[in-house]
Amino acid sequence: MTTAAIPTTRKAGRKPASMAQALTSALRDAMTDDPTVHVMGEDVGSLGGVFRITDGLAKEFGEERCTDTPLAEAGILGTAIGMAMYGLRPVVEMQFDAFAYPAFEQLISHVSRMRNRTRGAMPMPLTIRIPYGGGIGGVEHHSDSSEAYYMATPGLHVVTPATVADAYGLLRASIASDDPVVFLEPKRLYWSKADWSPEQPEQVAPIGRAVVRRTGRSASLITYGPSVPVCLEAAEAARSEGWDLEVVDLRSLVPFDDETVCASVRRTGRAVVVHESTGFGGPGGEIAARITERCFHYLEAPVLRVAGFDLPYPPPMLERHHLPGVDRVLDAVARLQWEADWTSEPGRGGAERLAGGAH
Amino acid sequence: MTVLEQPGSYRPTPPPAWRPRTDPAPLLPDAEPYRLLGTDAVADADPGLLLRLYAELVRGRRYNAQATALTRQGRLAVYPSSTGQEACEIAAGLALADQDWLFPSYRDTLAVIARGVDPVEALTLLRGDWHTGYDPGEHRVAPLCTPLATQLPHAVGLAHAARLKGDDVVALAMVGDGGTSEGDFHEALNFAAVWQAPVVFLVQNNGFAISVPLAKQTAAPSLAHKSVGYGIPGRLVDGNDAVAMHEVLTGAVERARAGGGPTLIEAVTYRVEAHTNADDATRYRTDAEVEAWRAHDPIDLLERELRSRGLLTDDVTTEARDAAERMAARLRERMNADAALDPMDMFAHVYAEKTSQLQEQAAQLRAELDAELDAEEER
Ligand SMILES: Cc1ncc(C[n+]2csc(CCOP(=O)(O)OP(=O)(O)O)c2C)c(N)n1
Repeated sequence: MTTAAIPTTRKAGRKPASMAQALTSALRDAMTDDPTVHVMGEDVGSLGGVFRITDGLAKEFGEERCTDTPLAEAGILGTAIGMAMYGLRPVVEMQFDAFAYPAFEQLISHVSRMRNRTRGAMPMPLTIRIPYGGGIGGVEHHSDSSEAYYMATPGLHVVTPATVADAYGLLRASIASDDPVVFLEPKRLYWSKADWSPEQPEQVAPIGRAVVRRTGRSASLITYGPSVPVCLEAAEAARSEGWDLEVVDLRSLVPFDDETVCASVRRTGRAVVVHESTGFGGPGGEIAARITERCFHYLEAPVLRVAGFDLPYPPPMLERHHLPGVDRVLDAVARLQWEADWTSEPGRGGAERLAGGAH
Repeated sequence: MTVLEQPGSYRPTPPPAWRPRTDPAPLLPDAEPYRLLGTDAVADADPGLLLRLYAELVRGRRYNAQATALTRQGRLAVYPSSTGQEACEIAAGLALADQDWLFPSYRDTLAVIARGVDPVEALTLLRGDWHTGYDPGEHRVAPLCTPLATQLPHAVGLAHAARLKGDDVVALAMVGDGGTSEGDFHEALNFAAVWQAPVVFLVQNNGFAISVPLAKQTAAPSLAHKSVGYGIPGRLVDGNDAVAMHEVLTGAVERARAGGGPTLIEAVTYRVEAHTNADDATRYRTDAEVEAWRAHDPIDLLERELRSRGLLTDDVTTEARDAAERMAARLRERMNADAALDPMDMFAHVYAEKTSQLQEQAAQLRAELDAELDAEEER
């Protein structure tokens, strides 16, 4: 699968930088500006993390501020809670998406609700960085998209960047937040590049704002993280078929930017939600429901979802069949014209078209 | 020549890092729980301390009885009594200096109030009007923790952070015997040992995790033995001996303060009441067992010592009892007053700022509440 570069405006003095480099810069700048920021996790010290996001931090700030912990995710998050209770701002790295699960108890029972339990007396200024999603050929337990679990937990912010600039800006905002943030890093975009300068990082909207990455008139693709470049590529490809697609990058799943999303759908009248995580019980169901509740009278067609299949993440040699790619997005866009079929004979129109090999 | 041809002659020499790094012997707990009351060694105990412990034990027992009575009147949703375990609770509450932190579990209300938390605020969780009734920062007492053992890593992190900041702070974390089977217990002890964090872990082994006896919880010789695998000392103490508990806890706190690292303490005690007011303990234990433990009651043990020193005067018992009654009366009075609840508070403390989603939902509830008020006014 190819991914389109996300357009950025070329500015003087900018060189291509990767999302990984921008994340490292964000951590370094946050640690420089605020001595209470502590980075901790498995292999984050001399190795710099398995994705090298914490590269050089232990050397620069000392092992007490960039700490190799014992190998225990509940222990990492649990001790980070205590550190936050004492006024530090821990930035925790979970090595891979599926290895964050041992820490779920601490996340759900304590991180997300400490502010609430203590009537606001004890905020949790914690950032939990989780590389997530597939497309890198990882073996089992290295490609999960777990955002629905986090989104379903009140008290957590859930953000995920899709561009180099957002990676920097959103991570700085997450670390500065007085509330816990689950910071999902689309690991297949780690090495995506854009013109960017660590000396002059541009301003990024605060957590909770979506952005229109590409304007269009005929339908809105609502997406985030690793699926943003897929949707941009699909939008380019759809042009030849007469579709002028708008692409909305959510950036923040919690809080959810109803305003930007609904404004887009009201303009275009049609929407497809695109993400890697499973469709059943996945984020797309929530997003489609929100759009339907708020934009029903503007809609020309049902809100469609293009998602990963409802299965445990497949082995790497099969993942290209699982991940929603450009073709599947285009197929959904084509189905948007069939609203009559969809609504008059529920379950038939789409199924027939799929059976006909259209995707 | 292969290894198989020479059975018995092959002696692999592990690289140095594989060898045990410390001698485990000094880490091992005593074979029998450490005791002071009833032994000659108690002669060194300060009379002022004995009297203080006594007054607190009597008050604690009364508090347990009053709180249990309040559950019967529907004033408390639930109460896990610590009757029989007061010596552990009080010693834990008194072992810490002002700047230190206590990390209690749901059963440890007495330790919490011994730290100076308002007795009514300490019951907020169990009453059900909010999850935590006090500001944890004010008395340096973490919220009462319901999920088992999850508070232990918090204690380690806090103590570690305090030391990084150069502050003189020790954290004391409390957990039950059942809680020691949870993964978080292991992770907390391991982190504390690796970081040499100033933490004291106090396990109250009261014999049961709800209905499950210790023998079905662990095959270890004692829970204190678990320390050895982490490289920290384990201490086994008679949890009904308030003086021994106080000495061992204070010693471990001082050791942590001096940079000596964590200690694991197992207090051997007994839960004479049921798990909570909602539990039926007759389904899993006999009256005879309970009676045997009642004969080893923490207040009786201390009274014997006070009496033999001539310290248990009528004045002392009357004063302790009266103080406990005054506390119970205040508790009853305040718990019988209806709680003033603002439902809008539900939205107030989810995030620092309400998300637009929460703003909408708060507006919905506000409208519902206003409609209720209007309807009441019309009536
Ligand atoms: C993670 C978790 N699992 C189950 C429970 C339900 N539960 C509450 S108390 C309890 C028994 C705990 O026993 P122990 O740790 O010995 O403490 P004690 O109640 O005897 O003080 C159980 C199973 C819980 N609170 N948390």
